[in-house]
This record gives sequence, C-alpha cells and structure tokens, in this order.
Amino acid sequence: MGNSRSGGGGLIITATFLCSFVLSQLPLPRVMDWARPEWVALVLIFWVLMLPHRVGMGTAFLVGIILDLIKGSVLGLSALSLVTIAYVTHLLHRRILMYPLFQQGFLVLVLIGINQLIFHWMQMAVGMTGNNALFLLPSVVSALFWPWIYIVLNGIRQLFRIQ
Amino acid sequence: MRPARSWLSLAVTPLQWLVDLPSRMAGEVSDLVIDRRILLTDNAQLRADALVLERRVQQVAALTAENIRLRELLSGRDRIREEVMLAELIGVNPDPFQHQVILNRGAEDGVHEGQPVLDAGGIMGQVVRTTHYTCRVMMITDARHALPVEVNRNGLRSILLGQGDLNEMVLDHVATTADIREGDLLVTSGMGGRFPRGYPVARVASVVRDPGRPFTIVTARPTARLDKSRHLLLVDMPDTRKAESAAAVTADIRKIQVTEPGDGQ
Repeated sequence: MGNSRSGGGGLIITATFLCSFVLSQLPLPRVMDWARPEWVALVLIFWVLMLPHRVGMGTAFLVGIILDLIKGSVLGLSALSLVTIAYVTHLLHRRILMYPLFQQGFLVLVLIGINQLIFHWMQMAVGMTGNNALFLLPSVVSALFWPWIYIVLNGIRQLFRIQ
Repeated sequence: MRPARSWLSLAVTPLQWLVDLPSRMAGEVSDLVIDRRILLTDNAQLRADALVLERRVQQVAALTAENIRLRELLSGRDRIREEVMLAELIGVNPDPFQHQVILNRGAEDGVHEGQPVLDAGGIMGQVVRTTHYTCRVMMITDARHALPVEVNRNGLRSILLGQGDLNEMVLDHVATTADIREGDLLVTSGMGGRFPRGYPVARVASVVRDPGRPFTIVTARPTARLDKSRHLLLVDMPDTRKAESAAAVTADIRKIQVTEPGDGQ
C-alpha cells in the first residue's frame, strides 16, 4: 500500500479501463448484439476485488459517468449501477477472493445481473422502451468471460507489481 | 445541462475515433491491395451508373421546371431545394434497445438537433444529440421513433412507427378500407415539418385485414440500408428564412430548361 510504484499502477489501471471502454463500443456481429460482455463492469469488479483500498465507489462513479457519455445514455445511469456493484463487491471482497475462479464466476453473474437490472429499470424510468428479457444475457456471458479476465488482469497486475 | 454534456463529450470523442480506427484501417489496407481488374470493372460500372443517373437528372430538371410553372399558376409556394452535407459513420450504439449511430459531423459543422439523415436508399433517421465534432442519430427503426409518411401511389397519409427491429416497421391506425397494397412505396409526407417531403422511407411488406380488429395491420421494410451504409447525407431543411433563395432556384432551373433539347413550351 502506497509503495513507490503506486503512481505507475494508476496509469495501468486507467489503461485497462480505457481498453474496456473501447471493447464496450467495438462493433460485433449481429448475433452478438444481446450477448456483449459488460467489459467495464468486469474490469471494475476485478480492481475493486484486488485493490479495495484504491479502487472503490469514487472510481466507479467516475467510470460510470464516462461510460454514460460514450453510450449516450442519461448522465448518471451507468454511474448508479456501477457504484452499486462496486459497493457490493467491496462489501464481499474478502469472501469472493477465497472462492475458486469458476465459483467467482457465479458471483460475477449476480453482480452483472444487478448492474443490468438497475441500468434497464432506470432506462425505462426515463422513457426508453424495450420488452425483451434478453438484456440479462450479458451477465451470463460476462460470467463465462470472468476466469480469463481474471487471469489476464492478474498477470498485468503482477507484472507491474500494482498493490 | 445540454452544453455541459456537449463539453464533457468532447473528452470522449477521441475514444470514439479510436473504436472506429480498426475498421477504417482495414478499409484503407483493402484499398491499397485491391486488384487492378476489380478497379477497372468498378470504374466501368460507375461510368454506366453515372450515365443512367445523368439521364434521369435531365428528366428531373424538366419536370421540376414544369412543376414550378404549375405552382406559379396556382400561386402556391415553391418547393425549396435542400442542402446536404456528407457525413461518415464512426460508431454504433451497442445497446440493442436503441437504434442509434454516431456520425463524424458535429455542431461545429452546422449540424443541429432534429436534422434528417439519409443514405442512398432513403430516410435513415434524425439527429437527436450533437457534440462539437460528432452527432448521434436515432434511426427510424428505433422503438421511440415515429415518422409521418404517405403512400406514393395515392397520397394516403399515415404515421410509420419504429419497432426496435431493423427490418420491420408498422403503419399506425390504417383504416380497414384504406387503399394500401403490398409493395407500395412510402415516402415522407413532410407533415411534421422535420423531414423534407418526398423521400422514400419504406416499402409495404405485408397487409393483414383482420375483421376482428379495428385497424389494418401494415408492416413495412425500410428502403435505406440501415445497418450497412457508412456514408450518409445530413439534409438541411429549408425554412421560411430561406424563402428568398427560392427565386434564385427557379431562375437556375429555368436556365437548365433552356438548354434542354426537347423543350417545346
């Protein structure tokens, strides 16, 4: 905590978030429309799990606002859902880290599910329509992606000794 | 709130360019390594197309002149020519509930909210939000979009609603006795004052007359290639401020008409 490389770590964390923004906007084949992993939420969950003392709800809020600007949704919608899951992750981070990777995947499924639910409920509240339960599909896909995200990001974390 | 958002969005504009970069680079690479023979056939094809289009333009010039004369006889208002701006697609909203695309023109280029967007096939949508260098376009198939149209064949007016499906839209409240058939072309009626009149929008795909229902169920398929077009046109709607330029347009078209060979009047 607070070692000499923490500044560099900040840069790396920012870079991973930037990558997740780009991935979240990347055009995918039409079949993948509904099954796009929630990259930003996944990266956020990882950093909250690993560095709960540095990445928390403040970061989640900032990231959410940027995501809203990119998505063009009402300012603060993604911020609200991301802050909520950052809070839950923060609350449970000791327990989640004890689980094996695939079991963590189930928790990620729940977390991203909460994220999607909040986002779409709020979307409905501001007048968007959509009568399709498929919006929950990204939580399943994200859970399947979780072990790989974890391995890659943990590799990066260890490479740059971010603590 | 709007200007604040516009300024904040300025910060994420580079990100949107970044997302578009791979596909733009792929396009440039394929331009570089393209086969000479393909270029030659393309060229020949384009020449042929240009010839056909030129012939049509000649006809249109004559018809426009005639139209203006007739309108003058009826002392009606002239139709004013719209100005267009070319734009390129740089992003698509990944949220499947929203049919939105992002274009590389913004408020700095004179784009404003509510501006109609077209591609080669017809109406695509309208600008719903602008930032300094980009704008966000809601497509006509978005579930929140409605568009006043008329049947090109007989002028029957209706409202075309988006359904959140790229290939299907529905006509609202069509009477069971209405004269509408499969294959009818729907064009903008210009009633809302937002879209210019007479641009193709969709083709009627199915007409179901169910005696148990108060209205005919009419579905239509957009004529614009909503998920394929990359180069789009932003149309500047003529308004009353530009009415004085109408006279200039009339004179302009008269000039064309004089050079027209088959002009008998």
